[in-house]
Amino acid sequence: MTLGDAFDILLCLLILTAAAGVIGGRDLFGSVALFIVYGLLLTIAWVRLGAVDVALAEGAIGAGLTGVLLLGAAAKMDDGAGQRPSFRPGALLLCAGVAGGLGWAVVSLAQPAAGLIPLVRENLPVAGADNPVTAVLLNFRGWDTLMEAAVLLIALVGVWALSPEDSWGGRSGLTQRVRVDGVLGTFGRFLPPIGFVVGVYLVWVGTSAPGGAFQGGTVVAAVWLLAIMAGVVEPPPVASIRLRLLLMAGPAVFLATGIWGFAAGAFMAFDPAYAKPLILAVELVLALSIAATLALLVIGRPRRPQ
Amino acid sequence: MTQTLIFGLTGAALIALGFYGFVSHRHLLRQIVAFNLIGSGLFLLFGALARRAPDGTSDPVPQAMIITGIVVSFAATALAEAIAERLHDRTGRPSLPDLDPDDDD
Repeated sequence: MTLGDAFDILLCLLILTAAAGVIGGRDLFGSVALFIVYGLLLTIAWVRLGAVDVALAEGAIGAGLTGVLLLGAAAKMDDGAGQRPSFRPGALLLCAGVAGGLGWAVVSLAQPAAGLIPLVRENLPVAGADNPVTAVLLNFRGWDTLMEAAVLLIALVGVWALSPEDSWGGRSGLTQRVRVDGVLGTFGRFLPPIGFVVGVYLVWVGTSAPGGAFQGGTVVAAVWLLAIMAGVVEPPPVASIRLRLLLMAGPAVFLATGIWGFAAGAFMAFDPAYAKPLILAVELVLALSIAATLALLVIGRPRRPQ
Repeated sequence: MTQTLIFGLTGAALIALGFYGFVSHRHLLRQIVAFNLIGSGLFLLFGALARRAPDGTSDPVPQAMIITGIVVSFAATALAEAIAERLHDRTGRPSLPDLDPDDDD
């Protein structure tokens, strides 16, 4: 056993312990806080697996945004009673069976297999992106990513649709009261410009290095949320036409380039000569739409009348 | 291959743990968190199986699908949280009512 294997085993034990704490813990708030720790440990696991793009997505979305969303919800819905998981022998047995079956599948599949790597490598020169993950996301399996952008929009429509009639069209979230010279107030003014540059950089390098529209968009969403929580900016009212255009721009541009693909032979087929500028254009616009959609998903439904 | 085994088995255990958490909790937020454990366990299992190439690189196609999956599961979490919060606002309860009163435990 090498040192790397020992590290992996220790990391996995930590992940499992954190997960057990998330399920078994009594305190709702503690459980959510531990879930964020769990997400960050998973981020390290993805780096160990050589999937840095996934690590960025897990850290930013899986641990970061989901964590903020759940912490906010826990603050509203915690009755202070605490909850212990009920002991259900039947369910325990079934879950052990699921683990056993999946474990057996993993053991039987643990043989060398090239998978789709040769195919991706072969087509990478005409994909318009040097980062194979970005090439798959925006070109080879662009369909998935287009649908994913649509799912985000639909989820946001669903969240907004839950607003009571009197606050429909108004601003999301509550009015923030923050001391201007406090820690949150200072960070709310200091970090957003830096975060914005980091986010745009992640989108820009995404074609040749780990990064991309989703990772960069999440960083932009995070600093926008920080500015909103610090009371520096107000979330826009959901009835705002400009906001809706911003949310739709990314999927719309992506769809338009997909239709333009008919010129190259098929829907979503990129002409190799234009693939790189097309992918960059789609990524930049998509990142802005994703940033706005993710941030608004975290803030939730409209709460204040227009 | 060792990494595929270590992380793949961890993923399998996380999926089972998440399922158990989902059925053994009644508080909706705890169920949403458990749902996220199932999802991340699935991603880890998938990612572990993507690392089987003889030269030790990670297959980019599963990676791209996992990134898509992470974003979609966030969208589902946000929608579920909004519905749970609305239920809490209207009824004051953080969980769904029991269908069978004898089953309450």
